[in-house]
Amino acid sequence: MIHDVIAIIQDYWLLLLIGQYPNGPLGGLANTLILSALSIALAFPVSILLALARLSKWRLLRWPVTALVYITRGVPLLMLILWSYFLVPLWTGADVPSFVTMLTTLVVYQGAFLSEVVRAGIVALGSGQMDAARALGHSSLGAMRFIILPQALYNMIPSIISTFVSTIKDTTLGYVINVPDLTFAASQVNNQLLTQPFQVFFILAVVYYAICWSLTHVANLVERRITRRRAGLSGGAAPVLVSAKIVSEQL
Amino acid sequence: MNGFDLSAILRNPEYTSMLLHGIEMTFVIYIGSWLLAMILALLLLCIRFSPLRFGDRAVAAYVSYHRNVPTLVQLMLWYFGIFTLLPAGLTSWLAAHNAEAIFAVIGLGLCQAAYFSEDLRSGLRSVSPGQMEAAKALGHGYISAMRFVIMPQGVRNALPPLINHSVSLFKNSSLAIVIGASELTHAVKEVENLSFRTFEIYLIGTVLYLFFSLLIMGAGAYLSMRADPVRSART
Repeated sequence: MIHDVIAIIQDYWLLLLIGQYPNGPLGGLANTLILSALSIALAFPVSILLALARLSKWRLLRWPVTALVYITRGVPLLMLILWSYFLVPLWTGADVPSFVTMLTTLVVYQGAFLSEVVRAGIVALGSGQMDAARALGHSSLGAMRFIILPQALYNMIPSIISTFVSTIKDTTLGYVINVPDLTFAASQVNNQLLTQPFQVFFILAVVYYAICWSLTHVANLVERRITRRRAGLSGGAAPVLVSAKIVSEQL
Repeated sequence: MNGFDLSAILRNPEYTSMLLHGIEMTFVIYIGSWLLAMILALLLLCIRFSPLRFGDRAVAAYVSYHRNVPTLVQLMLWYFGIFTLLPAGLTSWLAAHNAEAIFAVIGLGLCQAAYFSEDLRSGLRSVSPGQMEAAKALGHGYISAMRFVIMPQGVRNALPPLINHSVSLFKNSSLAIVIGASELTHAVKEVENLSFRTFEIYLIGTVLYLFFSLLIMGAGAYLSMRADPVRSART
């Protein structure tokens, strides 16, 4: 059992790490991480815009975005992946690699989820900050840009890391449309070996566990630090609780 | 292919029966894994609150594994991995009894139990220890204090995350397509392959999922209102 696992790692570590890279598309763990990082980097600005739209006083802005957030929260990611798999090539009129399809889906999906986090962060800050900023002569956009967002986003760093973790877990669904990520590489290994499925998927689970566990650990450390810092800033009073703990996604 | 036409699917008895079968299967998986998860979560909670130090660590490890490994990978490990390690008799029995659905229920249920038990635990921990002392001072025993004082408040606190996670369990039931269970997403794909009306059938699938998710959210909101009319009226 252990011997099989070690033998598989020795034979296939390169495939699991970078896929068939020099001879084919980049894949494996490297691709999983690139895909997750890219989608969170792109989803972040989207989520701020969505959150601002949801907090806006114009209904025309608030309602469609609220509907979008509810739809993305109520529909399985798999269904959204199928939609992009169908729609993205139709709209762009080109043969889009599955990586891009998956990236588009994740940006929309995580954008909607992160927007809830951002919104909760802004709401948790309280209205006093906005009032004070307005009293000092900031416009509402300026107050948002210079007073509210910097504080809210700083408080949200742990939640953003948790969202990154769930994005890594979400990328596994790319398997359905053959995105060459870690899960895909593992199933390739499984198809070559045929006889040791448990060992292969065990390695897969361990790798995901190691990555996600360490990132969650980092998130917890950062959260403790931020809480302590805020407690110090407000003179030992109760720290502002950011109720923006990662909302509900958990694939 | 001609224009948008929902009735081409909805009026076709073959397609509708496929979709209905898919919905049925999705609910079998959903309800099965929900029940399994809830029972296991209560069990994990009991172990966590028992004085055994080893038990606490074991539950923490269980929760950590199920929260940090993608659900899809857990399902694959169950269906492609553990399934093949079982004794031959059990394997053939499972294969004859819709093994895909059984493993979907096991995989999703075990995974969800970790989330449910954490929700319940944080709900119970947010009940102040003074409540237990007060209940004991009023003559309640441990069990009766738990039953009448601590649990009602703890479960009420735990309701919002429990509802959120119940909705995500429903959505995660779509992952069972990867191990070949014939649930709703599978039915959608199948109808798509037969009818070539991708847009229409995806729309139907999306609306169905959305409808049931919102239904679960609504039921949850109703439950929390019943559990705590005062606080719900305030917010």
